[in-house]
Amino acid sequence: MFAAFAMSDSVLLARDLTKRFGDFAAVNGVSFEIRPGEILGLLGANGAGKTTAINMMLGLLLPTSGTIEIFGRDLAKHRVEILRRMNFCSTYTNLPGNLYVWQVLTVFGRLYEVPDLKRRIDEVLGLLEIGHLKKRVTGHLSAGESTRLNLCKALLNRPELLLLDEPTASLDPDIADKVRKVVSRVREESGAAILYTSHNMRDVEEICDRVVFLHRGKVLFTGTPAEIVRHFEEDSLENVFIRVARSGDVEFTGETRKAGDE
Amino acid sequence: MNFRVIQALVMRYLYLYTRAPVRGIELVFWPMVNLLVWGYLTQYLQKNMAGDFPGQITYLIGAVILWDVLFRAQQGVAIFFLEDVWTRNLLNVFAAPVTTRDYLAATYTIGLLRALVTTTLLGVLSWVLYSFNVFSLHGYLLPFALNLLVFGWALGMISTALIVRWGPAAETLAWAVPFFIQPFAAVFFPMSELPAVFRAFSMALPCSYVFEGMREVLRSGSVSTRDLLLATGLNLVYLAAAGVLFVRVMRTARRKGLLTKFATQ
Repeated sequence: MFAAFAMSDSVLLARDLTKRFGDFAAVNGVSFEIRPGEILGLLGANGAGKTTAINMMLGLLLPTSGTIEIFGRDLAKHRVEILRRMNFCSTYTNLPGNLYVWQVLTVFGRLYEVPDLKRRIDEVLGLLEIGHLKKRVTGHLSAGESTRLNLCKALLNRPELLLLDEPTASLDPDIADKVRKVVSRVREESGAAILYTSHNMRDVEEICDRVVFLHRGKVLFTGTPAEIVRHFEEDSLENVFIRVARSGDVEFTGETRKAGDE
Repeated sequence: MNFRVIQALVMRYLYLYTRAPVRGIELVFWPMVNLLVWGYLTQYLQKNMAGDFPGQITYLIGAVILWDVLFRAQQGVAIFFLEDVWTRNLLNVFAAPVTTRDYLAATYTIGLLRALVTTTLLGVLSWVLYSFNVFSLHGYLLPFALNLLVFGWALGMISTALIVRWGPAAETLAWAVPFFIQPFAAVFFPMSELPAVFRAFSMALPCSYVFEGMREVLRSGSVSTRDLLLATGLNLVYLAAAGVLFVRVMRTARRKGLLTKFATQ
């Protein structure tokens, strides 16, 4: 194990990150950082490069160029040590549907070498209010229950960095609200840094400290949700999102900006 | 290697059997069918043909049992990967702190366990039904089984690498790869029966020497040490080559996004 990173450092630092598939650049020269205890929103329309960026941060996809440092270490060289201290939850992945909930969490708890695992499983199930599902078959859970179980798995190892890819997609407003509250609570109690992608602008406005706005693989703007709304002279983040998304194949005219550049 | 991680991966696989014991049928059904078909066929021929035939029954039963060691070991590695593809759990596993070495060690363990289950079952059945004692292979049983186990692991890695490279459409390779080599592997007949071209291919397979050796042991009680060493040497080459192929394909998969495509297909 390596020494803990200094609190003033970035938890995650992506520098000039590019991922090309043939001629197509899914992510193109993207740079951003996540600070300790920060919830950073990664916004963008479908195909903007959010999931590609997250897959690179998990080591599932190798960047064509650029670097990713997590906890002050190069992900390419220290992947396993880094992954032990982080976790992720994506609406695009399932947990094994042919196992019981407790079996799934036991397996992942052991993969992440979680101490006092039985107690931790009860804790995270309680936190997401699904303790009663412990002996249910994972494949028989509703979409909302599955998402919460996915989040339980992501919280098992008390991650210092949590990557959440659309955790409220397909949830009803009540459960989505509960999930947002859990995410905020995790940040407050553990100080975890969180990367959060969502197409729900309410999610983003409610819990993200800063937002990196991606468009066609590039960073369009970085700032707080309020700064983004102000910069684009719109009245809501949702309208900014729609305006950027509808710019279509035409190169968006806005420059890549950071709050404070104005 | 991290044994706790390996244990967790093995546990994930074993949980499947506690959750649905009916899955165990797959482990016993086909091996039993093979043993019954080949065993009774040869028993019938034994009764109705003259000459040296009586001795052959032991060869065929021994071949069925030993082939299953190779097949189950290969399946252990290949199906282990596919289980995560089928349940769309692949990214959760590969985004966890699991090294390629730990992952492969877990697949080898599952291959070993599957081979142990079916070999024990077939050993008992062949003794009850045909009075064939698997221990009549004497001290050679262990080196034979180990060589087949290791070759099964190598074939399993090759199958998985090809599935990763070519995508879910290639998943039938998990079952097909062992049967590509079976006609040339001297399982049920000696290498000398093959035409020269196929014989050359047969000589390059470690399992051919094991099956030739098995027949030799049942015939004369001993086997050529040179053949056993040759099988072991070839196995090491295959295992190393399969390992290199697997690691390279996984790197290509990370470069081209093949793993993430599995999750969305």
